[in-house]
Amino acid sequence: MTEPLLVFFILAALAVVGAVSLILQRHPIHSALSLIVVMVALAGLYLLMGAEFVAAVQIIVYGGAIMVLFVFVIMLLNAGVEERTSLSKMAGPAGLLLAMALAAFVAATIAKSGASVQAAAQTGALSSTKGISEMVFKDFVYPFELTSFLILVAILGATVLAQREKS
Amino acid sequence: MHFLFATREDLYITLAKIGILLFIVLTVNAYLTWFERKVVAHIQSRWGPHRVGPHGLLQPLADGMKFFFKEDPTPAGVDKFVYYLAPLLALALALTSIAIIPFGPQPLHLHGRDIYLSIAPPNLNIGILALFAITALGVYGVALAGWASNSKYPLLGGLRSSAQMVSYELALTMSVVGVLLMAGSFNLSDIINAQGRHPQWGIFGWNLWPQILGFLCFFTAAVAETNRVPFDLPEAESELVAGFHTEYASFKFAMFFIAEYTSMITVSCLCTIMFFGGWLSPFPASWTFTHYLPSVFLIPFGLWVIMDGFRYETIFGRVVLPAAGTGITALGLALIVFPHINEFIQGPFWFLSKVLLFLFIYVWMRGTLPRFRYDQLMAFGWKLLLPVSILNVILTSFVILARMQWGAK
Repeated sequence: MTEPLLVFFILAALAVVGAVSLILQRHPIHSALSLIVVMVALAGLYLLMGAEFVAAVQIIVYGGAIMVLFVFVIMLLNAGVEERTSLSKMAGPAGLLLAMALAAFVAATIAKSGASVQAAAQTGALSSTKGISEMVFKDFVYPFELTSFLILVAILGATVLAQREKS
Repeated sequence: MHFLFATREDLYITLAKIGILLFIVLTVNAYLTWFERKVVAHIQSRWGPHRVGPHGLLQPLADGMKFFFKEDPTPAGVDKFVYYLAPLLALALALTSIAIIPFGPQPLHLHGRDIYLSIAPPNLNIGILALFAITALGVYGVALAGWASNSKYPLLGGLRSSAQMVSYELALTMSVVGVLLMAGSFNLSDIINAQGRHPQWGIFGWNLWPQILGFLCFFTAAVAETNRVPFDLPEAESELVAGFHTEYASFKFAMFFIAEYTSMITVSCLCTIMFFGGWLSPFPASWTFTHYLPSVFLIPFGLWVIMDGFRYETIFGRVVLPAAGTGITALGLALIVFPHINEFIQGPFWFLSKVLLFLFIYVWMRGTLPRFRYDQLMAFGWKLLLPVSILNVILTSFVILARMQWGAK
């Protein structure tokens, strides 16, 4: 086993443990913390593949901004420990079944693809900041602008909903 | 883990650098508290600490001992795991961010090796992004401490701090974009070198002048990001007892304290790098006589310490101060005698001087400015800082575009 592969397995295990803990934790804050572990482990995986920019952005956007908002809202609402109702207990086996089906599907796809899956470093032009910006702002500029328009609409919608009605 | 390094020696060098930097940062932290208390005291016409050691110089040591030996109670009803995790997280992230800062331009030549004055490799292409990533995670220390304490004042402090940090992080990141556009790189060394493009311009080549809007936004947002006066709402003692760290005592409190001071140092380093030319001298490169400036500062200061030491009240001070003064004077003389050392020390000298200037400004603000009200804080961040920093990005981009179109080729 080569050493980068060892690091890969450590980070991957961390991500999986975080994801499992996210589901099993009873308190929303603990779940959010587990999700942060997943995000940071994923950033480590990107870094291992030589995608420095994506790794940094992963931590800044997902690990930082988005998860801080999650934690903030949980703290603001002072959400307590999750309650287990009979319905949520029923969802457990069904979810497990679905998860197993998904895992089998992914495994089958990987097995079928034939060529060995490489976790080699992508230190080419594509992973660099310049490569990414050229891809986003030249090759895929219309989808990119459409996406940002969609986000803008969502922000406007949130602002409208948050406004108090004038009496 | 030596496969992450080119050779096994690199691993040992990095470990040694981490140890040395950790020692320096923690010592500077300790003396920053002394510096802060002294400066604020003199602003308020007081003496500040002066009982422990000459000029109160051993006060940080006494404070440190106190932190160690205080009782460390864990309040009932706290979420134990998160309660212990929060100070660890705050301290670890604050200390990690220092690793990315480059302190000098030239590597140290030792036994045929180049040892760079930063823990991160000098070609770290995501330098500033990595720093922002670490500060982005730094919010959790404060927010989780507030939540885990299971008490109303810390919770309010934690809420305030997460809202404040999310709001000001936007302005913080946007205000740097102008600098990044001008340098064309995320690498901190590249950003500094871009400010030295015209060696004869000296101080006028720095990003401070074209990016004055960016600098004002950055420094304001950075002060808010480090929870310092006038933005120290998360620990406003008149409203929230001590804010997020009310329920923390002993060394866990010290960890928050060290984290706060370390992030002050990081922010000062960042201001220096982004806007004040990092290790570049403020004088034109042809003025080689300015290389003796470190000695010009050190020798009179050393002599003054010797003179002051002889007049000091306590016997201890009469021994220690002249000895320290002799050391400082000798250092100043050595810089004149050995041109190689003098050449090497130029970069770190200017870098550290500028960092010290920013730390002084931090303390100065604490001594003079009143605290913002919470709604003022939010309005200031969203309605003034963010638009101004976006305006700065647009202006900078247009100027760069115009230069590319019609400028000198």
